Amino acid sequence: MTFIDYYKILGIEKKATAVDIKSAYRKLARKYHPDLNPNDADAKKNFQQINEANEVLSDPEKRKKYDKYGKDWQHAEQFENAKQYQEHPSDFSGQKYSRAQSGGDFSDFFESMFGGSANAGRNRQVKFRGEDYNAQLQLNLTDAYQTHKQTLTVNGRRIRITIPAGIENGQTIKISGHGGSGINGGPNGDLYITFSIADHPGINRLGNDLYIHIDLELYAAVLGGEITIDTLSGKVKLKVKPETQNGSKVKLKGKGFPVYKSDGQFGDLYISYTVKIPTNLTERQKSLFAELSKS
Amino acid sequence: MDAKRINDLIAVNEFCVHHNIEISFINLLQQNGLIKVSIIESKYFVEKEQLPQLEKYVRFYHDLDINLEGIETICYLLQRIEIMQNEIIKLKNRLHFYDAHG
Repeated sequence: MTFIDYYKILGIEKKATAVDIKSAYRKLARKYHPDLNPNDADAKKNFQQINEANEVLSDPEKRKKYDKYGKDWQHAEQFENAKQYQEHPSDFSGQKYSRAQSGGDFSDFFESMFGGSANAGRNRQVKFRGEDYNAQLQLNLTDAYQTHKQTLTVNGRRIRITIPAGIENGQTIKISGHGGSGINGGPNGDLYITFSIADHPGINRLGNDLYIHIDLELYAAVLGGEITIDTLSGKVKLKVKPETQNGSKVKLKGKGFPVYKSDGQFGDLYISYTVKIPTNLTERQKSLFAELSKS
Repeated sequence: MDAKRINDLIAVNEFCVHHNIEISFINLLQQNGLIKVSIIESKYFVEKEQLPQLEKYVRFYHDLDINLEGIETICYLLQRIEIMQNEIIKLKNRLHFYDAHG
């Protein structure tokens, strides 16, 4: 555990007045507040630090203790323990943010000096919303193709969520009330799940459209025919038109990826052909091609 | 009024007591079009789904000393950030698609 210089965190001098502290804190809070920096872990960490610094420096009693024992925090425990503090809370007029928004607990340094979260000792009547949780979930393309349920364990709690078909790689969904528990009876925070969808061999997705690349036999390309292709919804029979050119594309309307939260709506499926030139031809085949070339 | 609708509403009075704020603040938010308030039997309610947003406004106003005009501007910019972030996700996926196609 290392000493934390709360003055340095707030960018103020040791002789700073209460007004200086409040002003420095406000300025930094506006910069790093999690509400203003969504999904920014660094801002959240910075905000947590300035919140903690303010918690100590804006409270005359705590500031006095910090100034006296700060660099020698091991002896601070003898000064006062957390229980005593809770029984005789000091007057506190400074600003403070909810724990839910500060993004978590105080540092070990703070806890060793002041005996735990500042919320425990004051503002007993104030209810705070619980902390929001962020999680990442890996899916494969077939999972994302259909609406399905998954059971997750979040902080020891098992929750069953429904993942709508068509979810995008990198998309985040909110599960209300499944974040951290509220404080003093406040509502629970929310759970944010970001999806990471793995590539699928042979099938590429772009938005709601799917792309499949097919190697087509020369004879099927020239004469036409029927081929079977593997799609996310199973095997599909496809007619190949005679004289299909190398690199040509076929669009199968409505056979692509489901549109997120739009029942019955699908993107398109694009099939692109690469005509395979036969190799290891027999003498007979070569002569037939030669004959063809003369015709 | 059906039970489901009532369950989806939060009494403004209760919210203000809970957060230790003045009702006038909610009125200001409503006047600026930042929240919708329903009146049922002379009582004021907000939709439950507005709660996270409302709590955010409270934090902006009381914790960060940001006035209503500031809150409105911030919300507009945050919305734009969200739209742009979604756009970035789509563009990244598109880039990945073209990378995969060589």
